[in-house]
Amino acid sequence: MPLQTTRLKDHWQEHQLFLTRIIAAAVIIVILSGLLVARLVVLQIVEYDRFTELSQGNRFRLEPLPPTRGLVYDRNGLVIADNLPSWELVAIAEEIGNLDATLKQLEALGLVDPSEHKSLRDLVRSHRGFERVKLSNLTEEQAAIFAVRRHRFPGVDIQEALSRHYPFGEASAHAIGYVGSISLQDLERIDRSDYAATSHIGKTGIERSYEGALHGHVGYRHQVVNAQGRVLFDPSVQNQADEAEIAGMPKSKQPLPGNNIVLSIDMRLQLAAQAALGDARGAVVAIDPRNGDVLALVSTPAFDPNRFAEGLSRQDFVALNTDPDRPLFNRALAGTYPPGSTVKPFIALAALEHETIAPEKEIYCTGEYHLPGQTHKYREGRGGVHGNVNLHEAIVRSCDVYFYQLALDVGINDLSAGLKRFGLGATTGLDINGEQSGVIPSVEWKRRQFQHREDQVWFPGDTINTGVGQGYVLVTPLQLASAGAAMAARGKRFTPRLLIGTEDGVTREMSWADPVPRPSVVGPTDEQWTFVHEAMVGVTADPRGTAHTPMKGTGYKVAGKTGTSQVFTVGQDEKYREADVEERLRDNGLFVAFAPADDPQIALAVVVENGGGGARAAAPVARKVFDAYFAAEGYVAREP
Amino acid sequence: MSLASLEWGRTNPTGGKARGFSGLVIDMPLVVLLIATASVGFVVLYSALGANTGLFLRQGVRFAFGMAAFFLFSQVPPRYLRIWTPWAFFLGVALLIAVAIEGEIAKGGQRWLDLGVFTFQPSELLKLAAPMMVAWFMHDRPLPPTFLQVVTMTLIVMVPAAMIAEQPDLGTAMLVIAAGGLAILLAGISVRVILASVVLAAGAVPVLWHYMRDYQRARVFMFLNPESDPLGAGYNTIQAKIAIGSGGLFGKGFMNGTQAHLEFLPERSTDFIFAVMGEEFGLLGLLLLLVLYLSLVGRGLWIASQAQDTFTRLLAGTLSLTFFFYVFVNAGMVSGILPIVGVPLPLVSAGGTSMVTLLAGFGMLAAIGGHRKLLAP
Repeated sequence: MPLQTTRLKDHWQEHQLFLTRIIAAAVIIVILSGLLVARLVVLQIVEYDRFTELSQGNRFRLEPLPPTRGLVYDRNGLVIADNLPSWELVAIAEEIGNLDATLKQLEALGLVDPSEHKSLRDLVRSHRGFERVKLSNLTEEQAAIFAVRRHRFPGVDIQEALSRHYPFGEASAHAIGYVGSISLQDLERIDRSDYAATSHIGKTGIERSYEGALHGHVGYRHQVVNAQGRVLFDPSVQNQADEAEIAGMPKSKQPLPGNNIVLSIDMRLQLAAQAALGDARGAVVAIDPRNGDVLALVSTPAFDPNRFAEGLSRQDFVALNTDPDRPLFNRALAGTYPPGSTVKPFIALAALEHETIAPEKEIYCTGEYHLPGQTHKYREGRGGVHGNVNLHEAIVRSCDVYFYQLALDVGINDLSAGLKRFGLGATTGLDINGEQSGVIPSVEWKRRQFQHREDQVWFPGDTINTGVGQGYVLVTPLQLASAGAAMAARGKRFTPRLLIGTEDGVTREMSWADPVPRPSVVGPTDEQWTFVHEAMVGVTADPRGTAHTPMKGTGYKVAGKTGTSQVFTVGQDEKYREADVEERLRDNGLFVAFAPADDPQIALAVVVENGGGGARAAAPVARKVFDAYFAAEGYVAREP
Repeated sequence: MSLASLEWGRTNPTGGKARGFSGLVIDMPLVVLLIATASVGFVVLYSALGANTGLFLRQGVRFAFGMAAFFLFSQVPPRYLRIWTPWAFFLGVALLIAVAIEGEIAKGGQRWLDLGVFTFQPSELLKLAAPMMVAWFMHDRPLPPTFLQVVTMTLIVMVPAAMIAEQPDLGTAMLVIAAGGLAILLAGISVRVILASVVLAAGAVPVLWHYMRDYQRARVFMFLNPESDPLGAGYNTIQAKIAIGSGGLFGKGFMNGTQAHLEFLPERSTDFIFAVMGEEFGLLGLLLLLVLYLSLVGRGLWIASQAQDTFTRLLAGTLSLTFFFYVFVNAGMVSGILPIVGVPLPLVSAGGTSMVTLLAGFGMLAAIGGHRKLLAP
């Protein structure tokens, strides 16, 4: 090459150079194209048979199979949550002649919602011709209507599936909970591949807490599709499965059904409690004091869990959620109420144990109580003047004035501890979600609770209020029932539980769960327990007892205590007159009881919101539940 | 000469009319071949999209835009193309920087600029601008280039290519390098330099490997042994090979490809559409497509060989060879002789800006062919 400075553009030579390069490039292009064609010939001619076979193998597709959800039984073997066949109407576009006309005819039969005509039409059209597109859910009756007319609807078919059903509907709603469509939040707490074929998941209650046991495990099978893609199920043909394996597809696997579970619930009590509460807002919890079994867990008003399983429209859900009576709210676990006088037996026990007072000592009740040097009146809750009362009578007749003095004498520390050791003011550990803890106040609690120093001071008045289950005290019906059970068992405590047995979905092996004990209440002597029990029996048996009337004529001995808690405060010089007070501001009625008093088998707590009083609103509910229990157990309930 | 179709006016080397009847440059062989190829593409795409007319019409609109660009660029005298080249190139580089900065702010890979009405990928512009810049650089220098000039041209190509690879868009970076590299080769660098750069490129492999993302490395592994992970990264290759192979000589017929329609074949309307073609129309269909592509390349090379200055020669030659490179890389990847890189099949794959850039390039080719006589001394 000559020196750079001497180089000049030689157009002819440059063109020759360029042409050489272009020709070289053309040669390379021909070679590469030949290489490509050779490759295609190898693939499409030489190896045609092998690839055809592989493409056939590709027609096996994996279809996830849903496991059958476990059933839920009550303690007597009644099915509370079941799987029923359900029907879906599906369309296969390529077999339908006139889609619009077909939809119109289905609408005329009431099988498809006319308001969805356009969206369903578009939905069907957006799928490939051979795909099955769901049009609607059918009831059994609708499925029958369609079945007899099926020949008139080519390309429309019924598809069967299993869906959750709750035979007891509202009565089991708050204990069992319900299943619903899997939401985005749900996806975060599950193994997605295990739910590949599952549409519903436990949302609340037992369905949620035992989701893992109930759900089971997903299975797979090969879907055989023909050249047009139509699905022809034939997983049983062995050599086809082998072919699928050649194509690198995983093997089939049967789904593992979920476990069946047995609950401590006795549906007879559950139904009795539901019926006894009627239209009232309230809750009933019944517990076996011998093992912590929850025999009934009712909250009213309730809702029909089947609607959630079937799929609730957004509008209906909002209606339920904003109902002022709050049917979705589980009052039994999450409703916190001032327990009122139902705390008196527990306080009496603490007073006896600490020998704060001699049981026979009398206090004169004038219907009012003043702290020394103060003018504030602490009124007798239900009015009236009890005159001279001792501890026994103070429980039987529910004398507030006596307990005002007693609370001050016991002192807030022992008072608070005496309630807490029965599990009040703390979650009980029941095996379903949603429990509230409530409050048993103490000096320490008040200091932590309030921001301003002046609010943090514990006043004697606070002790007085605590002594009658008012003021800051808040408990749930479940806690009250659990405390009642511990009272009945003379201090022996168990974690309340709903699950008592599990039946393995595959082996059908039954395993029973042992009761879960909690630390017992050990302080009181046997005589002290007996004293309190006798006073509680007095509440129902003594003609002056607050719950005498509703418990008259039982064939079993009931120990109980009524409670009435104020929803709003009565002015200092006013008298509480029910008729004047708006319904929602009326007192809550409570009742805690156990029976038979000398061999307790069932303890329960009843709360009736704005019922007006424990004796009138709550004790009659308890009576009906007890009657149902003892009728079943062979006791004879005599009518008064 | 079979492709010259001499009756069609302007490109008649024996003289004839200087322009089309309305004074427009219309390269009939290119127009016919482009429309024929795109029509074959439309048929395959309709099937690959599962008869989704909405998406199909969008491709039609893209092609219409592309053809508009084609006719527009056909009218631009190559002289102006040359004058605009540095502007286009530096605008492209500036936009790449802008995208990189925006991507830095968005904390993630960024390839496009959001211009409000539509998004624009600067890397697309560089697919044309980089080789044009090489041609511009050489246009008044004597060929073959000196070593220093080769280095300069390499920088012209590698700087934007590196920025695109960093986005990360390895496929487009590779296409820019290919286009620029082809321009340099056509400029006439000596065989020794070519061999030396092959050695250098081999040395660059470990460096490139270091900068690859995991998914890119996985693709290379899968190329070497696709059967090792049939349901994972090797899935695409295996399914594409099954699709092509099971098509046989005549194919399974329009809309009857089970691989495509049962959704075994991934990305069937974009990068893997070649396999749909092979499955439904067989070896004969693929050969027809290949013949159309080669005719386009041949027409382009013919125009290049007839061009009368360095700039237009290099540009025309590069555009033609790059087009073949696209076809070969895509077909090679789908049929399993090249690793998987995200390169669409030109004029057939569904896709936005690449269609417009491609047809704009063909417009330049037409312009070089059509304006030749005006530039001649």
